[in-house]
Amino acid sequence: MPGASSVEIRKVNKHHGQFHALKDVDLDILPGKVTCLIGPSGSGKSTLLRCINFLDEYESGEIRIDGQLIGYQSPGGARMPGRTLREIRRSIGMVFQQFNLWPHMTALGNVTEGLIRVRGLPKTEAERRAREALEKVGLSDKMASHPSRLSGGQQQRVAIARTLAMEPRLMLFDEPTSALDPELVGEVLNVMKTLATEGMTMVVVTHEMGFAAHVADQVAFMEKGELVSVDVPDKILHNPQDSRIKAFLRTYHERNSF
Amino acid sequence: MFSVATFLSSFEPLFWAARFTLLISVLGIALGLVIAALVCAAALSRFAPFRWLAALWVSFLRGVPLLVQLLLFYYLLPVIGIDVPALVAAVVTVGICASAYISEIWRGAIMALPTGQVAAATAIGMAPRDIWTRIILPQAFKLSLPALVNELILLVKASSLVSVVGILELTRASQAQAATTFRPLEVYLAAACIYLLINLFLAALGRYLEHRLAV
Ligand SMILES: Nc1ncnc2c1ncn2[C@@H]1O[C@H](COP(=O)(O)OP(=O)(O)OP(=O)(O)O)[C@@H](O)[C@H]1O
Ligand SMILES: [Mg+2]
Repeated sequence: MPGASSVEIRKVNKHHGQFHALKDVDLDILPGKVTCLIGPSGSGKSTLLRCINFLDEYESGEIRIDGQLIGYQSPGGARMPGRTLREIRRSIGMVFQQFNLWPHMTALGNVTEGLIRVRGLPKTEAERRAREALEKVGLSDKMASHPSRLSGGQQQRVAIARTLAMEPRLMLFDEPTSALDPELVGEVLNVMKTLATEGMTMVVVTHEMGFAAHVADQVAFMEKGELVSVDVPDKILHNPQDSRIKAFLRTYHERNSF
Repeated sequence: MFSVATFLSSFEPLFWAARFTLLISVLGIALGLVIAALVCAAALSRFAPFRWLAALWVSFLRGVPLLVQLLLFYYLLPVIGIDVPALVAAVVTVGICASAYISEIWRGAIMALPTGQVAAATAIGMAPRDIWTRIILPQAFKLSLPALVNELILLVKASSLVSVVGILELTRASQAQAATTFRPLEVYLAAACIYLLINLFLAALGRYLEHRLAV
């Protein structure tokens, strides 16, 4: 994909109140590659993801998207003006566990909203692009439906279309299938696989180890706010060296065997 | 004996007085809505002194009875050299008092929205102004409608208190009418019918608005 973004994360620290949620995290996310973040609950995966588009404000260290620092004017410097921050966010898509659609708008309205308000497109052009995006996720027949009338899988695909329509160069996914019934997980993962093969840069927090094993280019394991290890999926998922990863995978396999 | 004729003839003078009841309630709530918007904005502000002011405003106005507020305001204004008609003083007091309740209704409605909706809007780069006008307020307003109608109905009934500053609204007029006709039952029944009519109309208006805003 032309213009897929890269992300450099250097020595990033973040507190939630007293709680040290990210400790000197380093990670390189390469353009057009899929990075999966795994780790136990509370290890800081969502926090790290939300720092990448500055929804969560990291306190020290640097996060650079295509070389541009996000959130601050310079490392350790003053906060970036809101307008500049919004400009950077335009090209970063984010998909949430709870979909976070706007319930008072139709599927089409959810997708056109950003195109009209953020990109400033005229309504007809916004609707044309929104229809395209909804078709891409297989929802051409649900455009006029409100979110409450859609299944979880359909809602999540609308949420993906909403970010895709903005033509992002980087997509962040926070457990996009965790709130879905098992039979609906596949339809969302399929859309994500398509994006991956098209060369979108993706960062995916997930508990779907199958997705991590088959689609990811690299897997990063986090625990207690630290990025313990990052490597190709096979090294992390099948031949982990670190005892913490072994313990995590053991509980994962126990929970998923029957 | 219940006199149907007296009952029916009570309506006309009472309707006239009911106009004050309606005027004070409707203008009062209109003023209340405007002030409440400011108070609510202050209560949700990132700037702590604004939040303290809003909390002070709300707790004072909810903690002191409307009757006392009316008297306070009515006697306070001349002291500080402001001379306004009783009607204006009544509307302003009712509006100020309503603002405390309405701002809390709105604050509650806004806080009830899932925070993820704002996160999603922020993430695609929407500006705060658009997030408020397009995402938060339309939903919060709809969510708050039943409570707003409730508040308006309470106000219509509470407006009888403004008689203490000499305004002849519906309740006060009924008392006068009952005293002159010696027919309290017929007169108060007529008054009850008028209050009921007003409030049924307001409730219907509220439901209509809710329906119009339905998704
Ligand atoms: N807004 C917040 N305020 C206070 N503490 C928070 C906040 N967000 C997260 N935390 C805490 O920070 C830690 C890391 O949270 P985070 O959501 O990043 O974990 P996670 O790895 O995504 O976990 P999960 O798999 O359960 O989603 C947790 O202990 C959490 O309780
Ligand atoms: Mg999480």
